[in-house]
Formats: sequence, C-alpha cells, structure tokens
Amino acid sequence: MQESIITFDDQDLVLEAENMSIHYGSTLAVEDVSMQIPRNTIVSLIGPSGCGKSTILRCFNRMNDLIPSARVSGNIKYQGVNIYDDDVDPTDIRFRIGMVFQRPNPFPKSIYDNVAFGPRVNGLTKDLDRVVEESLRRAALWDEVKDRLNESGLAISGGQQQRLCIARALAVDPDVVLMDEPASALDPISTQAIEDLIRELAQEVTIIIVTHNMQQATRISDYAAVMMVAEDRVGHLIEYGTNEQVFGNPVDPRTEAYVTGRIG
Amino acid sequence: MPNEQLDYNLAHLEGEIVLLGGLVETAIFKAVRALRYRDLDLSREVIAEDDRIDEFETKIQNDCVEQIRRQAPLAADLRRIIGMMFIANELERMGDYAEGIAKVSINMGHEAPLKELEDIPKMADLAVSMMKRSIDAMTTTNREDSARIALEIENDDDEVDRLYQKVQSDILTLVEENRERAVRGTYLLWVAHNIERVADRSTNIAERAIYMSTGIIVGGNAEAQAAVLS
Repeated sequence: MQESIITFDDQDLVLEAENMSIHYGSTLAVEDVSMQIPRNTIVSLIGPSGCGKSTILRCFNRMNDLIPSARVSGNIKYQGVNIYDDDVDPTDIRFRIGMVFQRPNPFPKSIYDNVAFGPRVNGLTKDLDRVVEESLRRAALWDEVKDRLNESGLAISGGQQQRLCIARALAVDPDVVLMDEPASALDPISTQAIEDLIRELAQEVTIIIVTHNMQQATRISDYAAVMMVAEDRVGHLIEYGTNEQVFGNPVDPRTEAYVTGRIG
Repeated sequence: MPNEQLDYNLAHLEGEIVLLGGLVETAIFKAVRALRYRDLDLSREVIAEDDRIDEFETKIQNDCVEQIRRQAPLAADLRRIIGMMFIANELERMGDYAEGIAKVSINMGHEAPLKELEDIPKMADLAVSMMKRSIDAMTTTNREDSARIALEIENDDDEVDRLYQKVQSDILTLVEENRERAVRGTYLLWVAHNIERVADRSTNIAERAIYMSTGIIVGGNAEAQAAVLS
C-alpha cells in the first residue's frame, strides 16, 4: 500500500512545511500540514472551495502577514531556514518566492516598467534592459511585446497580461513561483500558453499551483496535494503524491471521490 | 455532488459488456453444438451472427470514447472505461473464434469428425465458464473478489491447456497411424486451438478486471495476482 503523504528522503528540497497550522483570529483554518516540495518540480494544490489551498499557498511566501488576523504556527522551511523566524525579512522571502494571482494584475505602468519593477526595488540600475528582455523571453512574451515595451501593461490581452505578471515575478530570479489559479480567467488558447510556460519554467524554477481544473492539474503537475475540509470546517492535507497516484489510483477514498467529481 | 450522469453511463456500459458476453457465449455453444451434431445450418447461423457481435463491440467502443470525451474521467472512472474498451475487444475476438469453429465445421461437410468429440466439448464448457466468470470479475467492485475470481480462472486455464494437449496428441496419434486422416485431423486441431484461445482471452479479461479495481496491471501469473491482494 502506498503512503498517502509522499516524502522525499534524498532529494533537494526547496520548501518544507512542518506541522503548519493557520488561524484567522480564533478560527482554525488549516491544521497540521506537513509537506515537502522538491526543487524544480510542479506541485499542484487541489481540493474543494474553502479547503485552505490558497491559505497554504500564501503562507509559503508570508503573504498572510498582510492579513492582520492571520497567524501561522509550525515551521515553513525555505532551504532549511524557517521563513517565519523573527530575523527573516518577508520582502526578501517574496523575492525568492514569487507569486502570480488568479486575475492578471499588471501595474498601471509600461510593460517595461512592470518587469523592471522588482529589479529596481532590489537596486539594480544597469543591465536592466537585459533583465527585462530575458524575463519576457522566459515568460514566452518577448516576441509579442518587444516593439511596444513602452505601452501600458494594461493594453495587452488577458493572457498576455498574465504572462507579463509571470515575467515580473521571474525578473528577480526567484527559486519558487506560487500560482493561484493563474489560468482560470483565461480562454483555452491562453491557458494552453500558460501551461506550456509552467512546464518550461519548471526546468529551473519550482512551481506550486492552486487549480480547480482537475484536467489542468493532471496535465502539468509532477505531484499533487489534496486538501479537504473536515466536519469541523478545518482544512487538512489528506493526500500528497505523484501525478500517477493522485489522478490514477488515489490512496485516500476522499481523493478518489474528489478527482472523479463526486464531491467538490 | 455525485457524478450521477457518469455513474449511470458507466453502469450502462457495463451492462452492454455483459450482453456482449452473452452473445459470445451463445455463439461458442452453438458453434460447438453444430460441429458435434453436424448441423451446417446452425454453423451458418453462427457465421451470420458474428456481424452482430462486431457491430455491438464497435458501439461499445464508441460509447466509451464518448464518455472519455464528455466527462474527462480520472482515477477509478478512467480505469473502468479503459478496462471496458479492452474487454469489449477481447470478447469480439472470442466471437471470431466461434465463427472460426463454424467455418471449420462447414469445411468438414457432412463427414463425421475424425474421432468422437469428448474433450473438445469439455474444453468449450470450461472456456465459456471462464469467460462468464471473467465478466463477473469485471462487474464486482470488490478488489478481493475480482482477484479471487481471476485466480480461479488462471487455474482453469491450466486445465484447458491440459485438455488441449491431450486432444493434440490423440489426433497426432491417429494421423500417424494413417496419413490419409491428416485433413480431418487438422479440422479438429483448429477447433481445439480456437477454444484454447477463448480460455486464454478470458484470463486477459480477468487480469484487466483486477486493473479496473486496483489500478495494477498484473502479468499472467498467479503470484503477481496474489501480490495484488497483499
């Protein structure tokens, strides 16, 4: 019998959650999640609405710090260091662990300035052109926008805007990119482009992606983590395994019920 | 939110496979009966009815593809559909073996078989029983039950093989005694071969039934199947 939560003994881990629980005020939202993320893989977080997927995702780069009532216990180790330690600067973490949201959210600035934003905050002044071009190329957007870099980031299509947001995240050369339903607001062609891009990026970046689209998770992920809300309305990680396990032959009957559309 | 449409459609497809199995069972029984009693009209009927089996199999394959296209099934649902496509194909081939037996019978004309048919009907009874039980293994959702049935079928396949070897050696002995018996001997060898193939394909269906309930594709040996249970 396979284990319901996979562990990676001799592999290079980029992130590791140890007994992570998350409260909003006095309400427990997610309880006791332990999971390891191996470097340069694509991990999808799946589960019914309200099960805590996005909550967990936001903990991986301390985005929950921005919600005053949110409280995280347990450890989240990035390259072995607990990112919630007092001496860790959350801004540093967010550069190393970038994020792309459901709806494309370019700044109301030029395409160029959107991508150059992070490197400038980091103090980079020279070589900016090269970083912008490289980031746009990595996000598979360069050919489409190279002649209009000074146009507004809001003037391009939704799919292009989302790739611009990915380019913006890549410009600071992160180790991990967190994606919260990055293609749910896009048409099938743009979705395909994002999925191709995610697979391409995973050669050098670790991707953790929340998606409600089971087929998308099946297409792109190396590993999938399944969250489920128990009767106490608290989210738990019920299964974490290879793509083959979770979508082909799940260990936990609740996973089976979810991926086959019987609960959700 | 149970996926009622998919549940209903999969149950319906399973029912169609059971019906296809029924057509194949009838075809094999009729083919062997026609051979035994030299009923050439019945042999022709078997040949004509094979078209129905082929058409039914095509319909099941199309229905399975339709479910994959519409529902994009995963996990157990996907395995069930893939398994049923495989099983429908195996059953269709079994229908071809029945047709093959009918054609041999027609080629024999009104001439009596080289020897009294004893082991061949035994082989046919056992092979058809294996085929029916392999479909039982498919319809049960209990993995222990499907693995147990598969193991029994595997054992019965050994018995069919033993009978097949006996038929071969009996016929070869008769042909060696008198070479003019060669053609009539070959007819019976073909019949026995076709029945042996039915039994063999029943073991394939049973293995696929295990896949449907466990997700594991086992090789054709009892040990691997027993391991599925542990």
